[in-house]
Amino acid sequence: MRLLTHNMLSSNIKGVTNGFPLRIEAEKVVEKQVDFNPDFLKNMFPKLEWKALADAARSLGYGELPDAADASMLDSDDFLRRLHHALLELHLEEGALVCPETGRKFPVNKGIPNMLLHEDEV
Amino acid sequence: MKLKQLEGLLGTIQQFSNPRIELEQYPTGPHIASRMLYTAENSFGDVSNKVVADFGCGCGTLGLAAGLLGAEYVIGVDIDTQSLEIASVNAEDLEVDLDFIQCDIRTLGWRGPIVDTVIMNPPFGTRKKGADMDFLFVALEMASEVVYSLHKTTTREHVKRAALRDHNASSAEVLCELRYDVPQLYKFHKKKEVDIAVDLWRFVPQRKQ
Repeated sequence: MRLLTHNMLSSNIKGVTNGFPLRIEAEKVVEKQVDFNPDFLKNMFPKLEWKALADAARSLGYGELPDAADASMLDSDDFLRRLHHALLELHLEEGALVCPETGRKFPVNKGIPNMLLHEDEV
Repeated sequence: MKLKQLEGLLGTIQQFSNPRIELEQYPTGPHIASRMLYTAENSFGDVSNKVVADFGCGCGTLGLAAGLLGAEYVIGVDIDTQSLEIASVNAEDLEVDLDFIQCDIRTLGWRGPIVDTVIMNPPFGTRKKGADMDFLFVALEMASEVVYSLHKTTTREHVKRAALRDHNASSAEVLCELRYDVPQLYKFHKKKEVDIAVDLWRFVPQRKQ
């Protein structure tokens, strides 16, 4: 699971008012290179919850994203390359996503988060 | 990539080994999958450089096709562990990056306009009534630009009404009618193979503020 996916996942447990973002417990992280596509990144930037992304990247061992970002930074190739790396090249293979309100852990195995809710959580 | 090449590649992937009838697990054949994605990309530009989500991805056929046609980021969503395992292997074999999420589509929590295009071959609702509409509902909520979906031709009027009237689609178009060849997968199947008429739909959700 990569961080663009994490940036859209939230906890939908009954009673939770804000289940985003999910905290990350990382046990195994893998890096896989993909081609740099600056247009895609510039397009994606306004759709992202930035702080959630920066925190998530740090949980995966990558602390190079600023805590806050604005559109002017998109002119910087260095910034784009860091965004590229954080968003598209870091894979959480084993670990868990944790509901920010209930602490319930959604396991991540072989890169796949299991977001299935138990009967009493629906 | 040419259509024939895409169809050829999709023909190499693994399919369900123990399909579960209650989930209406039927493979989306390479013929339909290739045409569906090829149309989405060549007629409408809805695949390359986009974030694409495959709802009810099963063994990943549609998502893989999207990846092969240049989608920048593909997410496969399914409820079934075994299917997702097979889909993962298929993604590795075809060297397509696919992120998977295991969940029930009705209870998935999500935010934001991140997904551009939703592609799907949802359950038709023959086992669990209304399953097709559940999928359509979430698809139209989540896709910021467009939804491509397959539904039985016999349900055409019903689907159109549901999409436009109930689920806020600004347009609902049948792009073409296809024959879905369903192989003899389950014990209750009497014929060796059966052709079902399906519509390839293109839905555009209402623009959200």
